[in-house]
Amino acid sequence: MKLTGGQIVCESLLQEGVTDIFGLPGGAMLPLYGTLPQYPQINHILVRHEQGAAIAADGYARATGNVGVCWATSGPGATNLVTGLANAMMDSVPLVAITGQVGRPAIGKDAFQETDVTGVTLPVTKHNYLVMHASEISGAIKEAFYIARTGRPGPVLVDIPKDVFTEVAEFVYPDSVDLPGYRPAFEPDVKNIETAAEILNSAKRPVILAGHGVILSKASSELRELAEKAQIPVITTLLGISSFPESHILSMGMPGMHGVAWASYALHEADVILSLGARFDDRVTGDLRRFAPDSKKIHFDIDAAEIGKTVSTSVGVVGDLKLGVQKLIPMVNQGNHPEWIRRIEQLRDEHPSLQIRKTSKLLPQYILKKISEITESKAIIVTGVGQHQMWAAQHCAFEEPGTLITSGGLGTMGFEVPAAMGAKVARPDKVVWSIAGDGGFQMTLSELATIAENNIDVKFAILNNNFLGMVRQWQEFFYESEYTATHYTGNPDFVKLADAYGLVGIRVEDAADVEGAIRQAMNTPGAVIVDFMVEQEENVFPMIPAGESIYELMEEPSEIEEPV
Amino acid sequence: MANVAHEYTVVALVQDRPGVLNRVSSMFRRRGYNIVSLAVGHSEKVGLSRMTFVVDCDDATIDQVRKQLDKLIEVIEVTDMTELASVTRELALIKVASSPETRSEIIQLVDIFRANIVDVTADSVIIEVTGDENKVDSLLTLLEDFGIVEIMRTGRIAIPRGMATP
Repeated sequence: MKLTGGQIVCESLLQEGVTDIFGLPGGAMLPLYGTLPQYPQINHILVRHEQGAAIAADGYARATGNVGVCWATSGPGATNLVTGLANAMMDSVPLVAITGQVGRPAIGKDAFQETDVTGVTLPVTKHNYLVMHASEISGAIKEAFYIARTGRPGPVLVDIPKDVFTEVAEFVYPDSVDLPGYRPAFEPDVKNIETAAEILNSAKRPVILAGHGVILSKASSELRELAEKAQIPVITTLLGISSFPESHILSMGMPGMHGVAWASYALHEADVILSLGARFDDRVTGDLRRFAPDSKKIHFDIDAAEIGKTVSTSVGVVGDLKLGVQKLIPMVNQGNHPEWIRRIEQLRDEHPSLQIRKTSKLLPQYILKKISEITESKAIIVTGVGQHQMWAAQHCAFEEPGTLITSGGLGTMGFEVPAAMGAKVARPDKVVWSIAGDGGFQMTLSELATIAENNIDVKFAILNNNFLGMVRQWQEFFYESEYTATHYTGNPDFVKLADAYGLVGIRVEDAADVEGAIRQAMNTPGAVIVDFMVEQEENVFPMIPAGESIYELMEEPSEIEEPV
Repeated sequence: MANVAHEYTVVALVQDRPGVLNRVSSMFRRRGYNIVSLAVGHSEKVGLSRMTFVVDCDDATIDQVRKQLDKLIEVIEVTDMTELASVTRELALIKVASSPETRSEIIQLVDIFRANIVDVTADSVIIEVTGDENKVDSLLTLLEDFGIVEIMRTGRIAIPRGMATP
């Protein structure tokens, strides 16, 4: 069957089961857009900025576990994708991005809207392609999806010159890929798992550190079986949150910079840390020389390069986590660490994090707790980056895998708007709450038009303190409260803004109105923006300052007001 | 030993595609690994090239170098040659100032090092020398007094001994 390059792109996407694409046209993409009406099976969602397309595809991928797809035109369209690609790369999210490129004769001539897109995106993609012939499109797309979703997932970009979209070629979709240098689906080495089991079986104070890998490999039930059998407490990293039910008695919450104190202390005192799909990020470890000094580390990861990257490990198990943990379970002894469990209880008593103080002020922590309660932990919670993100991680309770969608590694402010949009498109059956800061929200609020246009039912909670809150907190703690360039004095009226987009806006200034506003938002069809005017100079506790250790952990000042 | 810097020789078999050198060198740059030398050429297999890297780093870092290289989709195989029984060579072309008075002395040195003179002009000679870096360095030291005009070195290439070809 002879088809144009543009038709081959669409046919290939259909072969991959793609139903939704986030994109925005431009000159180099016009031939592809010209073929799109022939493919009504593909739902194209027109974004307002390409960063929104990439991040929406990221949210879409995280909400389903499938590959998210976005596309953009050459030059600025493509460079606008870069933040979203970098975000997906850091957090191992499967994405395929397609970009238009200037026509082949113009490449390298600094043509209008020409950028070396494969060059620019090389360090922020798992792989990328520049396709110079229509006959090579289907192979490149096949490989792109394969690479994006297998092994450690990540973003793959396919750059296609404008005249390749119009070139005619025979369309054949390959059944298999030929990538001799890429062997992602390997079973973990049983010998290493046996060593891991020996170490675990002789542990007195073991903990599991569960990361994003548990969710990516759909290993939550294996994690639970392992933890219950061996009676090992489970600590979850920011991206590991929701991989283990937080109502579970062995759930310990998040450690690290803004983790709960008892989890950080438990990590510090552990004699064995079993890391499952986590990467010993600096927000978890702090100062590496003082991180969990008396512990042996067992590291399960699909990416061999993660083993020994930041901490030295006793044994590394490389391969699919689900398979690895399945093999580990029968090798571990029925657990019994009563002294260790008692010690953790003692840590919880001595370091009671997460108490919300009784006050008439509107506290962000209280709002998040209420959203979590009212949605019964069944909603997908999407956050941006900063204080609101840490409070969401701390005060919302997560039970189902994949219900927290947050920008972890890259720390992309503005993630909350398009990612929530993408998550809702992917999972229309789920309630989606976007927890936003007033800073991040304004970075991507242009997507409110996309949300309105496509009637995407996202509920926004802006925790509005008129500050870049986390930066302000650092300025308060480490820069003598010199609030340089963090105070937003010109914020728009977000309720009027909602109205301008034809959405419903609600302002909340009083703690007594929180519950009513959340319920009203949930009962209103379509997107709703709730503007919570929160306490301006509230700080996130506990806090371990960057590069420090457990010895510098700052707990919430307890003397200020009565705990609830 | 863990933190002692050392010169490691790593060989990578890679797909011969546009941009592959860029991917490899970009990975080294971005992660801050220090390449002492890099040599690239076709392998015995059609469509595949071999790259030999000499990297100055410690044990933990070379482990990462190997793994990060292996992660690149177009890199098929990575071998750390440092501890393997192998033959390593470098080729250097050295242009040395010469005059009728010094020429015979230079020829003597070249003979001792089993190097070759591949070009002669009225006031210079070009010497081709092959060997490990020590040999090349030694010859260079001896030639310094005559006046070295220009040096071209290929960087190290390495191949394991016996049939266990990586």
